[in-house]
Amino acid sequence: MRHIISVLLENESGALSRVAGLFSARSFNIESLSVAPSEDLTASRMTIVTSGNDAVIEQIVKQLDKLVDVIEVSEITSSDHIEREIVFVKIKDSDTENENLKSLKTNEFLKIHKAENGHAIIECVDSPENVNEFINTVKDIAIKIIRSGAVGIGS
Amino acid sequence: MKQNTDNNNEKFTGAEIFVKCLEAEGIELVFGYPGGAVLHIYDELHKQNEVSHILVRHEQGAVHAAEGFAKSSDKPGVVLVTSGPGATNSITGIADAYMDSVPIVIFTGQVRTALIGNDAFQEVDTVGITRPCVKHNFMITDVKDMASTIKKAFYVATTGRPGPVVVDIPKDITEDKCEFNYPDSVEMRSYNPIIEISDDSIKQATEKILSCDKPVIYAGGGVINSNASEELTKFAKYLNFPVTNTLMGLGCFPGDDPQFIQMLGMHGSYEANMAMHDCDLLIAVGARFDDRITGRLDKFSPNATVIHIDVDPSSISKNIKAHIPIHGDVKAAVNKLSEEIISKNLKPKNIDRWWGQINEWRKKDSFKYNQDSDIIKPQFVVDSLYKVTKGDAFITSDVGQHQMWAAQLYKFNKPKRWINSGGLGTMGFGLPSAMGTQFANTDSLVCCITGEASIQMCIQELSTCLQYGLPIKIINLNNRYMGMVRQWQEFFYEKRYAMSYMDALPDFVKLAESFGHVGIKVEKSSDVESALEDAINMKNRLVFLDFITDQNENVFPMIATGAAHNKMILS
Repeated sequence: MRHIISVLLENESGALSRVAGLFSARSFNIESLSVAPSEDLTASRMTIVTSGNDAVIEQIVKQLDKLVDVIEVSEITSSDHIEREIVFVKIKDSDTENENLKSLKTNEFLKIHKAENGHAIIECVDSPENVNEFINTVKDIAIKIIRSGAVGIGS
Repeated sequence: MKQNTDNNNEKFTGAEIFVKCLEAEGIELVFGYPGGAVLHIYDELHKQNEVSHILVRHEQGAVHAAEGFAKSSDKPGVVLVTSGPGATNSITGIADAYMDSVPIVIFTGQVRTALIGNDAFQEVDTVGITRPCVKHNFMITDVKDMASTIKKAFYVATTGRPGPVVVDIPKDITEDKCEFNYPDSVEMRSYNPIIEISDDSIKQATEKILSCDKPVIYAGGGVINSNASEELTKFAKYLNFPVTNTLMGLGCFPGDDPQFIQMLGMHGSYEANMAMHDCDLLIAVGARFDDRITGRLDKFSPNATVIHIDVDPSSISKNIKAHIPIHGDVKAAVNKLSEEIISKNLKPKNIDRWWGQINEWRKKDSFKYNQDSDIIKPQFVVDSLYKVTKGDAFITSDVGQHQMWAAQLYKFNKPKRWINSGGLGTMGFGLPSAMGTQFANTDSLVCCITGEASIQMCIQELSTCLQYGLPIKIINLNNRYMGMVRQWQEFFYEKRYAMSYMDALPDFVKLAESFGHVGIKVEKSSDVESALEDAINMKNRLVFLDFITDQNENVFPMIATGAAHNKMILS
């Protein structure tokens, strides 16, 4: 099952590799990982999307918590939360009139940017389900897809 | 972090501060080996007398020595090595300390900060390489952080579940100057080893303890790390529950006590493994259910309620689901349980029937062997050593058959007397860890039980032993085979003994003599006891006893990998 784990960790050099190394050393899955400064400039917030049964997720949370640089760990998918992902899709400018896209154009989470060399870039910020659906819709015309991985917050 | 502000603004070099930190931390001994990146530090060590430096012959030996020192005392072990190969040579020891939760701090030199990342001479990414096998590591990038980082390193290494901490120090940091303030205490928001034990879990555990019919206490190295042997022994004696130990836990409950049902696991006793299989209440204390203990997971203690006390929450329910997890320091948890039970004078149910069953299993005498000829049985040497030393020696061991026989047959009555490599299984551990043990216990008898394969992995430390006059007794069980490898090949590879035969062995007597020690070869069983006595009577000499033993002896009982506890091979 898919889980999002939110980690607050000291903004020390090497902190990211401690987390990434833990996942590979213990064969935990990692679907996406994003890291950026938090409200506290000396700490970073990391959002990890992973999957596993309850025992595996329990181990992931415990092992993360055991890292000396980690201040706080929470699994946010088991209770109310909001999550979003950003995705950029580069297409040919001529494809902006594609039938599939037309139906999406009214979507308030979607923007189309003009790009060089006869290209256009679609930007989509939405829930992971909607992002997946969007990618499915445009995958045949996509030249390049860049996803940020999800971030989330308990509500 | 509070700082001791009592200073006069005098500035010191990083190397001077380093030595002052060790002094402030109360460190008397450092095991190490010099090299370019740490020369400033060595120069400062040379100028003072508070901190002694022990020169090993290989950095792996330094770390094992520090482990032996820490495991046989109440103090952390300290290692100092240079950058590059100095650091990489120490990795095996660091990984060993990580697996067995040994509190040591390893200081590694590093190339100058300006050179880091440039593939400089003797540069290696020490922080990167050691990351998966340390409790934590640091690189000091500013001399102003030297004192606080060293304070943190010792704090992290020695608190909670102990472990190795690496501090990487670039050479220029040891030249830079600043004022010296050693912090009085440490506060780290991301690391808090003080754990409040849940009353609820203690209550649930108490109920089970008072209502069970077939209990077993399964106690591991955490009891020793927590200095809780006395408390656990009192608790177990009050309840009259059977106690089994892991390899790391030996000595945390008296080995000659009738309630002791011996070591459990792959080479554990018949009674311990059968009791683990049939029990209805399993009280795991500072043990981590590793695969050498559990065997086949889905057949492990199938009918038991599991109470698991551990300071490391990630050890709880990792391999075996704990029905009643007690997260906290072992000593504090056992004290809380004792308050609930002993202080209130509550009594558990009568378990005479369970003891009757256990005593039936005991009759198998599963560690038995036959010393029936001139050919020396390796078990007989361990038995004789136990007899001659009256069970009161510090015993270190290497890894393999000799280690299992030592664990089975030397009855440890006190904690911190049995020093071995349990988790990583590091051949070469025995001799250097005996050095550290001897340094921590200068007037005590230290014996290293080893084999002719293991001993050769750190044999160079015989030179260190001469330099510092360490009167270690080396008990070499020489069967001319990598015995445990041969045993597996005999059982599981149709006796194809691939590479397990030790051809072209050195003459260990001459080898010991060439290092300036005494060597004695023993070939007849009737000479074993007297040779051990002679060696022990040479109080100031290292004696290398080369026992030529039966080549075909195997360690029994044995649970094959992936088998259940009640499927033991007995002979």
